[in-house]
Amino acid sequence: MLASHPEKRISFNRLIRNGDLVIVYERHDNMKAVTVSEGSVLQNRFGVFKHSDWIGKPFGSKVFSSKGGFVYLLAPTPELWTLVLSHRTQILYIADISFVIMYLEIVPGCLVLESGTGSGSLTTSLARAVAPTGHVYTFDFHEQRSASARDDFERTGLSNLISCGVRDIQGVGFPDEFTGLADSVFLDLPQPWLAIPSAAKMLKQDGTLCSFSPCIEQVQRSCDVLQSRFTDIRTFEVLLRTYEIREGQMESFRGDDNGSNGSIPCKRRQCSDGNYVLSNPTSSSVMVRPCGEARGHTGYLTFARLKCFT
Amino acid sequence: MSSENNNNNKSRMTWEGCSVLLDINDGDRLVFARLSPAAKLKIGNKNCSLQPLIGCPFGTVFQLDSSSDAAAFLSPFQSKGSVNNTEEIKDGQFQVESKDGQPSGESKDNRSLIDNNTAQSLTGEDIEDMRRQGAKGNEIIEALIANSATFDKKTSFSQEKYRLKKQKKYAPKVLIRRPVARSICEAYFKKYPLKIGFLRVDTLSLLLSMANVSSNSDILVVDMVGGLLTGAVAERLGGTGFVCNSYLGQAPSMDIVRIFNLSDEICKRIVRTSVSDLLSQKESPEQNPKHDVGSLESQSNDQMNASVSMEEISHSSENVISDVGAENAENSSFPALRACKAIKAGEKASQEMIDSWKENGFSSLIIAAPDLDTWTLVKDLLPLLSNSAPFAIYHQYLQPLATCMHNLQLEKMAIGLQITEPWLREYQVLPSRTHPCMQMSAFGGYILSGTKISSS
Repeated sequence: MLASHPEKRISFNRLIRNGDLVIVYERHDNMKAVTVSEGSVLQNRFGVFKHSDWIGKPFGSKVFSSKGGFVYLLAPTPELWTLVLSHRTQILYIADISFVIMYLEIVPGCLVLESGTGSGSLTTSLARAVAPTGHVYTFDFHEQRSASARDDFERTGLSNLISCGVRDIQGVGFPDEFTGLADSVFLDLPQPWLAIPSAAKMLKQDGTLCSFSPCIEQVQRSCDVLQSRFTDIRTFEVLLRTYEIREGQMESFRGDDNGSNGSIPCKRRQCSDGNYVLSNPTSSSVMVRPCGEARGHTGYLTFARLKCFT
Repeated sequence: MSSENNNNNKSRMTWEGCSVLLDINDGDRLVFARLSPAAKLKIGNKNCSLQPLIGCPFGTVFQLDSSSDAAAFLSPFQSKGSVNNTEEIKDGQFQVESKDGQPSGESKDNRSLIDNNTAQSLTGEDIEDMRRQGAKGNEIIEALIANSATFDKKTSFSQEKYRLKKQKKYAPKVLIRRPVARSICEAYFKKYPLKIGFLRVDTLSLLLSMANVSSNSDILVVDMVGGLLTGAVAERLGGTGFVCNSYLGQAPSMDIVRIFNLSDEICKRIVRTSVSDLLSQKESPEQNPKHDVGSLESQSNDQMNASVSMEEISHSSENVISDVGAENAENSSFPALRACKAIKAGEKASQEMIDSWKENGFSSLIIAAPDLDTWTLVKDLLPLLSNSAPFAIYHQYLQPLATCMHNLQLEKMAIGLQITEPWLREYQVLPSRTHPCMQMSAFGGYILSGTKISSS
């Protein structure tokens, strides 16, 4: 997923090879991760797609099924991965993920601790942010979940940046070997306040912590515990509103048309179709409105910074 | 790994010549400064040297000590355990807890407070006398409290509020923060949002994620937000790949890049080129003579700019004090760091680089150009991206993005198109008094994102 070397990054000349992970795009809300394997096929409502047809094509290509249906083959990114990964737990989405990385001030070379691993949605973005020289140590007390996450990181090619541990962070804290070494700690735990003293021990001076909690009661207790060793304690909620667009011809009222007094709409203008906009962009307008449904709540993000003692 | 860690640790301490963000009195004033033994910062009517700040861990709090008429100086703030462990400043409000961590059952209220200006028995002259006799800021505050007839009648919340107000005046605090994308964006958004095109920190973070900014990638940006975007991308690249700042006409200002403490290794990865230079390489001259003229013009612009920035740099290296933009900060504008070490961020991209991008394509594109027509820019720049490359376009207004999205759909240039608007709400979290903050930023801009597809 990430270019470990400049030559390996996505380019006009980087063609799909046997064994590559591709994101098969049907629609923006319908994507799937597929590992290309010569001899395999992908079957969906558009027909049967032969992997062998994909090999040698550039990423971003449109490929056709036996029935003439088509999909696009995209190079995986952490954002696309978040949309296709298998949900073993509730996951974090792009708004929270991007804000966490920015607010924790994670840059290449950072050492980051995370618990729990969950489905690895955030972990993938953490790995991108610390690459190429940093490392993410992620812990989950669920052995099978941790193993599945490890398999995923193998598949997305991030295993050199991420180490998965099976550990009950709420119960026993982070391993002592990281004491004073962590640039940032991220907690997504049911009782984060139990892990905060250990997180404080792991952080460098002025290091950053974030705790993600869906419920305000969790935030309340966490903030109480944070007071003693942390400063700059701030809680946020970040959401996304998405917009849909439509090209519209609106009916207009014209008093003189049809001899009517203007209360009746004039004749509908013929709707053009096909290449209307480009040939005559003023004849119709693009209208925008917010989508009717949205995610109304994900969780509260509480950030804090380890106090500095001189 | 150990050498990486050392570098990382080093960036957690200030050094002579480093850029810092000084947060004075919990965000009341924010000043970008470059530390040097001669640098001075004016706080209130006192000029104090920034020398003591050199070699400190970022995150250290200093307090201004201005006893007597002698020069004021900053010394590390000593937290007096009992007071500071129970005090947390939050959006100008205070949390005070009793020993057991529960809010103390207050029975006091404001029924007996009368606003007739007689509560304080110390006069301005008394305070000046104290100062002349060498009283420290904290001693003056204690005296003011002792001489306030109403202090004891206040609730503990308003007692703390009173204490804070006096502390800000008589013993101001200065917090040293690291100038990184987050703190720089927040500081500008708070004090001088126009300069960064009203780009809020959550929007900036989305741009970086949506455009898959990661090490070893070559990111094409159009940055007309003062260099904030370029700096933020360079920070994420960490000295690998390239951020190519492209522009129409004259190269825009990249002042803000210099506020980041970017290493030379990272600065080398910031280059600039005109859009017409990028495009003219793709076409033969007779096919599109217009582009050629454009590129000639912009070349001469480049030369002009190069000489200007040279001058700026040589002028600055001899004048380090002028760094501190303290005086003007009150006017809600950050003076650019006039004096800065000669970092070479933003060199002109070599022909070799441009040819390589032409052959391989950029890994992604980010545009934050409030004054350029979005669709014409995207139509020109998108073909420069490799296939399957993500892009993210910021705008303060919705319509240019809607039109651009519509045209991208019609021309089948991209998929996964989406216009999003982030919404950010901060909370006050206090025992029994948790609620959203009373003030919030209602608008952080719009983003159009998508993935470029193969045209063949």
